[in-house]
Formats: sequence, C-alpha cells, structure tokens
Amino acid sequence: MKSRTIMKKVVSTAIVSIMTLSLAACGGSPSSEGGEAKSEDDGKSVTLEFQQWWGPEMPEGTLKEICDDFTKESGIGIELLSNPYADTKTQVAAGAAAGTMADVVGLDGSWVYDFAKQGSIANLTELMEDDGYDDSQLSAQIQFEGNTYMIPVVNFAYPMYANMDILKAAGVTELPATREDFVKACEAIKAYDSSIAGFAIPLSTESPNGIQNQVMTWLWASGDSMLESGKPNLSGNKELEEVVDFVKELFDKDLIAAGSYSMVESDMVEEFTNGRVAFMIDGVSHLTMIKDGNPELDFAYTTVPVKSGYSGTVGMEAANWGIGIAENCEHKKEALQFVEYLLSPEVNAKMAALANAFPGNTKAEPDYSKSDELFVEAYELYQQCETINEFTGLPTSEDLMRSFEEQLQLYLDGDTASVSEMLEETQKLWEPAFE
Amino acid sequence: MAKINTSVRPVKMKRNTCRRLITPYIYLLPTIVLMLVLLIIPIIMVIRYSFYDNVIINKNPVFVGLENYTKVLTDTAFHVAVKNTLFFVFVSIIAHFLIGMVFAMLLNTRYLGNAVKGIFRVVYALPWMFTASVIAISWRVMLNPNGVLNYLLMNSHLIGEKLEWLSSRDFALITVTVINIWSGYPFYMISILAGLQGISTDLYEASALDGANAVQTFFRITIPQLKPILISLLMLDFVWTLQQFALIWMTTGGGPINATETISTYIYKQGFSKYQYSMASTGATILLVVCTVIGIFYVRQQKARD
Repeated sequence: MKSRTIMKKVVSTAIVSIMTLSLAACGGSPSSEGGEAKSEDDGKSVTLEFQQWWGPEMPEGTLKEICDDFTKESGIGIELLSNPYADTKTQVAAGAAAGTMADVVGLDGSWVYDFAKQGSIANLTELMEDDGYDDSQLSAQIQFEGNTYMIPVVNFAYPMYANMDILKAAGVTELPATREDFVKACEAIKAYDSSIAGFAIPLSTESPNGIQNQVMTWLWASGDSMLESGKPNLSGNKELEEVVDFVKELFDKDLIAAGSYSMVESDMVEEFTNGRVAFMIDGVSHLTMIKDGNPELDFAYTTVPVKSGYSGTVGMEAANWGIGIAENCEHKKEALQFVEYLLSPEVNAKMAALANAFPGNTKAEPDYSKSDELFVEAYELYQQCETINEFTGLPTSEDLMRSFEEQLQLYLDGDTASVSEMLEETQKLWEPAFE
Repeated sequence: MAKINTSVRPVKMKRNTCRRLITPYIYLLPTIVLMLVLLIIPIIMVIRYSFYDNVIINKNPVFVGLENYTKVLTDTAFHVAVKNTLFFVFVSIIAHFLIGMVFAMLLNTRYLGNAVKGIFRVVYALPWMFTASVIAISWRVMLNPNGVLNYLLMNSHLIGEKLEWLSSRDFALITVTVINIWSGYPFYMISILAGLQGISTDLYEASALDGANAVQTFFRITIPQLKPILISLLMLDFVWTLQQFALIWMTTGGGPINATETISTYIYKQGFSKYQYSMASTGATILLVVCTVIGIFYVRQQKARD
C-alpha cells in the first residue's frame, strides 16, 4: 500500500515537472528561439532558418532540392519553414514583434515598410555593399528610406484575361486596347447575354487588394501614378479621377459582376472559369487552376486597356515573392550568401520556371519549353510592358487599399457627390500613414 | 508501558499538516502554470499595451495614460462598430432563445416516436457541428447573387431581380445576423431540451388537475423550471456573440464600407491592418471589461443557484 502511495507521488511529481519544464521551454529566451541560426562544430557549420510560403506553391519537394544544392555547395544548412501565405504573414509578424523572426524570410512587398520601420528586417544595401554584390542584375529592390530591405526573387504578372468564346458570340472581334473599346466590348457582351458580366472587381473589405489589382492597375497601365515623390497624390490627380469615373461608368452601366462589395479574388476567378464574366485582371499564377477547373475554356491574355491617345509603354502590375534577412539573424553574411544563391541566374531561372513566374534576376533565362502556351504568351506580354506596383513598400498598404475601397464604394453608391471629393477624403485618410 | 517520544511527534504532525496543505497545490500547479502563461500574462500584457503609444512598432513606447481610450471611445468607426455589435448580439440572442425553445419543445413532445425524435435531434443540431469557416463558405455560396437562394426566390416570383445579400449595405448586417442565428440556435435547443427532460411530470399533472391551459402551463411551470438554465445560456451567448469574429470576417470582412463592422473586426483591423497594436489592445480591453461584468453576473447567478 505504502509503495503504491509512493509510486503515485513520484508519478505526480514527474508529470508536474515535465509540464512545467515544457512550459518553460515554450517561453524560452529569444536566443534559444527559431530566430537564431544554429552553429555546430564551434561555428564552422551554420544552419539558417528560411520561412516562406513558396514551398507549398511550388511542385512538391523542389524548393527543398534547391536548398539542398545550396548546402552541398556552401556547407550552410537550410531549414525550411513552409506554410501557406496567410500563416506565413502571421508568423513573420509575430516573429517581428517578438524578435524571433527566422533568419531568412519570404516577404511580400506590402509588408516591407512596417517591418523595416520596426527594425525587424536587415538593411540589405549595407550587407550587399560589404559583400561587394553587383545589384545591377536585380530586376527590382524594395526600399525603405533609401535602403533595400527586400529583393523580389520571382515576379508574377497581372495581365487581363479574356474569354474568347463570349467575345466571339457577342461579336467582339478584337481585344480592347483602350478604355473606350473596353466599355463597348462589355456593352456588346451585355446585349448578347445579360447574365454575363463584362468585368469583375472584387471589393470585399476582408481582402481589399481589388483596389490594387482591379482598379489602380487601370491607372498604371497608362503610365500614370497615384504617388508623387513617394507620397500620396490622390487629391486633384486628374488621371486617377478619370480611372475612378471609368470604374463608376462600368458600375452605372451594370457591366460589373454582381456582388462586388463582398467578392474576393477567388470568387472572381470562379466566375471567370465558369463563363459568367468575360474579362478579368488576375495573376498568371491562376492559369493552371483555371485550366483544371474548365479545360474547355478558350481564353487569351492581353494588356490592360489604356486611356485614349496613350502611346507609351503599357504598365503591367506585378506581385512578387520577395526575400529579406531578419535583423536578429546572427549569421547575416551566410544569409546573404543564400539570398545571392537564389538570385543567381541559373537558380533564379530554375525557380521561375518551377513557380510559373518571371525571374527576379534580369540575366536569368528560364526554360519555359515545358510550360503552357498561354504562359509563354503572358511572358511575352510581360517583357513588352513596364512592371509596376505602387503599393509595394508603402506603409500599412493593406489599410490604404481598404480606406480607398470604402471611399470608392461611397462614391459608387452616390453618398459622395464627386470624384474629386472622394479622392480628397481618401488623401486625408492616407496621409497620416506617411508622416 | 511503552515510552512515548513527545519531542518527535509534534514535528511529525507539523510535517504531515504541511504536506496536507501543500499537496492540493502541487496537483493544481500544472493548471495554474498553464492559466498563468496562456491567460493571465497575455491579459496583463494587453491591458498594459493599452496605456502606451504604439507598442511593438515603436521600440521605446511611451506611457500615455488614458489617451488611447479617449481616441477609441471618440472614434466614429468604433461607435458604428458598437451599434452594429449591439444589433448583432441582441437579435442573435433573442432569435437563438426563441428558435432553441421551439425546437426543444418539438423534440420533447410525446406525440412523436423516439426514432423520429432522434433523427430530428441530429438534423436540428447539425449547424452547431460545423466550424465557422465551413458555415461562412456554405452561406457565401448560397447567398451569391448567382446562388441557389436567389434562384429559388426568383423562380418562386418572390423577387424580381437578384438580391446582393452580403454586398448590400441594407441587407448585409441582417444577413450576417441570420447566419449567426442559424449556427448558434442548436446550443440553446440542446440545453433547453436537457432542462425540459428534467422537469418532473408531477408538476404538469398537478397543473392539468388545476385546469391550467397550455399557455399557463408554459409560463407558470416550464419557464420557471428552466430559469436557471436560461439565465446561464443568455449570459454565455451574450459573451460568445459579442466576441464573434470569424463568421463576420469570412462573410463580409466588416463591409460593405462599415455595414457589418463589429467590435471584434474593428480590433482586428487596428492590429493586423493598421499595425496600431495599442489601439487594438485598448479595444480588446474595453471588450474584456464588458465580458468580465457579464462573467461576474454569471458566477453570482451560479452561486445563488447552489
């Protein structure tokens, strides 16, 4: 009896100790957390943590293969922390707040300003200078206060998708080149079948990137800008007023797919895939998904129609998989070596081909011979256009899109009297973020 | 006669008493540690953040006293969120209560066989089994302008054109509230059903002998007997509905404009869209105070019941 009691006490104490220790381990100091590179053999061997959302979006195991090749070449280990985009954003933000960010992180351009201001990501300009890296080969660098904090590894273009079956049936023989042509094409589609919408603009406040992808992209296509010297230039911006009025015209003429204010990007893609929308502006990354969803769908890519009389280079919106180094990384030199490896022409070309994307290194020549014909078509368009995304690197860019979206909805619903008033109000809402 | 060692015994007794006193706390220790790490410390941190200027983003935050509270409480967006939250919470609670009560009484009837009642119990309880994301996606599909609901209504000639249930400022809040009502009533139904089955049949027999009709029986016997359960349900539902975030976020995101903005979506936007963690903490602390007040009432009611 006595021994049973003793046993019970011993077991209880052991359980309590294990639980307490496990909790202590959970709340360990930053130095023991994931943010630190692990050194083995007295610092001779280094393992870097690489947190990103790319792994799940690339063919299975391919990112690991690339990292393993780097390890073989350099002796630096790479531990992949792969999660979907949304989870990565939360984890990187949590890591930034707690100072436990992974050594190398996948970044979206819209996060950069806030993390750079917070001091949680490293100044890459300094690191590249110290290393003597030639940054002229990079297609872009995302900067904060004149210094680079993110480098796009691969880029994704946002051309216009056109459902050719609908266009043929509606008697639209040519893809629209100007905004006027576009309105006429949408009107012809409506006259052919009122259940088909000409265009779709997802404006759900849950994910307000419809402002970036389906509204501002009309402005950028004609080489115009919403910024002036990096600051908001909305109020009194005639080109932007024209774009907003063009969007209002589409809404007023009932040419936009219903349910816009609660629509998210995936809803729009579904509407297009099912032949209920004739045109949409979307990332090329959805090509496979659309083809899988409706193999019979006959569609083509074109550039976003421009304003009348514009003859300059057409702008095409681009999103990217960016890369950065955590400020709390203890092996920044090795981390930069890994970044340089991913951006080297051969590896970058391989990554671009695997991700159905366009390379971040201008010298990279991806082999798209195995890719879909439409993808090659999109790549050619991308090469002819000037890539642009003015929301990249802006402070609290998601919030900027959301406030623009709310003001746009008020204008579309007639609550705001004029476009100039709408843009003036939005300017007021944007300015505090830039102070 | 054996000799008793009087000097050793009190020490042993003292040690035993000590052990008896400490032992329960050792057993409680894992729970205490867990609560401390996962509940108390985060709450204290959030409350502390609410008294500083922008924490986390600002490496050296400054104590600003009640400034954040003044900002939040005078923010028109917060006022809209409070108004929408009150509508959402009170309509949900009332509808949960009424639907839950009706279904529970239907399932408690003696006019149906046990097999039929069993099937309906499962069917009626189904909405509570789904996660918020499944509910949101299902309803989004049904309420899409090209969705099944508009199709049925148009084919029945009840509406002339497609309605934008989640995209219209006139309908969005009501629609989201209806979705919440649908997903939450089974909790009431199951709890009330359990309560109904616990009411002694003697009471109903006595009231029948006294000549009470169905309405009188319901208000004089059923409701008073269910009162403790109903109070608990209403208080818990108030707190849960007040904190509802996932369903609203995944259906409307607080929009169109701010038509479905609630306190929880307001807090989320402050934290994860504007990166104003102090303001988000302030909103969360205000919500915490409201929930704590309800919690105190709940505990008092439970104590009074005991």
